[in-house]
Amino acid sequence: MSFKIASSPHQHSQKSTAQLMKLVALAALPGIAVQAYFFGYGVLIQLVLASVTALCCEAAVLAIRSKKIKVKLLDHSALVTALLLAVAIPSYAPWWLVVIGTAFAIIVVKQLYGGLGHNLFNPAMAAYVLLLVSFPLPMTSWLPAAPVQHVTVGPLDAVCAIFTDFSCSGYSVSQLRQDADGISMATPLDTLKTDLSQGYTTAESLKKPVFGWLSGEGWFWVNLAYLLGGLFLLQQKVIQWRIPVAVLGSLFGCSLLAWLISPDTNASPIFQLFSGATMLAAFFIATDPVSASTTEKGRLIFGALIGVLVFLIRSYGGYPDAFAFAVMLANMTVPLIDYYTQPRTYGHKHKGAR
Amino acid sequence: MNHYQEIIRQGLWKNNPGLVQLLGLCPLLAVTSSLTNALGLGLATMLVLLCTNTVVSLIRNYVPNEIRIPVFVMVIASVVTVIELLMHAFLYNLYQALGIFIPLIVTNCIVIGRAEAYASKNAVLPAAFDGLMMGTGFALVLCTLGAIREVIGAGTLFAGADLLLGDWAKVLTIHLYQADHQFLLAILPPGAFLVMGFLIAGKNAIDARAAAKAKPAEQKISRARVTQVSAQ
Repeated sequence: MSFKIASSPHQHSQKSTAQLMKLVALAALPGIAVQAYFFGYGVLIQLVLASVTALCCEAAVLAIRSKKIKVKLLDHSALVTALLLAVAIPSYAPWWLVVIGTAFAIIVVKQLYGGLGHNLFNPAMAAYVLLLVSFPLPMTSWLPAAPVQHVTVGPLDAVCAIFTDFSCSGYSVSQLRQDADGISMATPLDTLKTDLSQGYTTAESLKKPVFGWLSGEGWFWVNLAYLLGGLFLLQQKVIQWRIPVAVLGSLFGCSLLAWLISPDTNASPIFQLFSGATMLAAFFIATDPVSASTTEKGRLIFGALIGVLVFLIRSYGGYPDAFAFAVMLANMTVPLIDYYTQPRTYGHKHKGAR
Repeated sequence: MNHYQEIIRQGLWKNNPGLVQLLGLCPLLAVTSSLTNALGLGLATMLVLLCTNTVVSLIRNYVPNEIRIPVFVMVIASVVTVIELLMHAFLYNLYQALGIFIPLIVTNCIVIGRAEAYASKNAVLPAAFDGLMMGTGFALVLCTLGAIREVIGAGTLFAGADLLLGDWAKVLTIHLYQADHQFLLAILPPGAFLVMGFLIAGKNAIDARAAAKAKPAEQKISRARVTQVSAQ
């Protein structure tokens, strides 16, 4: 009989990595559906592109590293990375964008660091930052939500737009973004930021058509759908409550404070919580079990740090949304956070105790 | 000549300032956004190294040991100032493109490093040759990095070569592809770190392969245990 020596933790959840990853993908489905409804079917094509690229890259690197390809591919972790990146980039971004991004995420950020469980940074977010820094224009070309779109975009148009930059009826992606007056419509967060910098008040800016009930038109529902998915993950015990609560709590706290001090130059807390990538990031991205903090106290600090950073960059930084940067910066602090928040080992006394 | 061969090997490969010693990373990463800039700074650094190593080796017997570092720094600063003024006079466009990084050669650790580690202990000829080879090694890394970043980031190779080599060099510029969207990251500092990482990894891989080829795996003789440890 062999005696298996395993390091802690000795208590194991019954779920395998593959099962966890499947649950994450399942929980993201409502969000993806709502996103496809409001921002076009492009997101589905991006998903396919990202998944295929992720699997190919993962298999190629595993082959070079002479690892068991089938076992590692079937843990679905590459697919979740692909999923997170695909929903994060604009639906009608050109095809090479998501291919470059996914390849970078899998090859450089994940596999070069040693594969699943060894990566320092969240692969999807590192790839997002790479794309945002390299190709700022296509990475910010979000279409306005369907109800305020000037031209309706069908599924076939989505294929054409992604692969040729023009929809089948001949509109370019930048034309699709324009309203009836021929002015490009930015995302709600971007619009608000530009307006505030031009001296408008928040209330004046919010009258524009890109804004809807409580936050951006369509964006509220996308965020709500991801919130539901996140709650499902919590209920399934795939993630713990600490990181999402800390992210949302600190973002809410900071924006509430700013809003109370100066409601004319700051967005309301509810607007912040239901704009951009907030819910997706809080439940799906920040909770990445590899690159997030692993201790209980550490997770609260890690989440709170992300929330504060997002508020700061959204309010004072150069980019309209900030989750990719915030998550990466917080990833860097994880070793330090984990070092100082080691839980008391059973049988040892507290530091101050006699 | 064996000694000189060793110097060549050390400077260009085994102890390469850019890939192994990782000295002078600041200009290495900041200036290499194009091949022209990289070549310009590489040549300037090489010239500085050649001159400083020669001078330091000449004065090595007269400088008291206690104050050698300030003296070496003075020598280096003078040489860099001369090079800077020369570039200002004859290569004005490149001088402007490289900007602060020419005077900053003073602070490049390779220069003081070679002065202290080699030139102050060796005769003039080997010292000068060492400076030349270390400088060449550094310049080669700069050029490789610059070429890769320029191709990925801008789709050209040797753009602006005329700034460095005169008008005839315009023919050297190669337009590899015309991209609608430039891959900006390759031009920005993070791209430099990434490419540099790949270069170092590549060098280590080549070394590892060479080492494995040179020394075929020794056959380990493992003896099977015949006696029982715990007789019960």
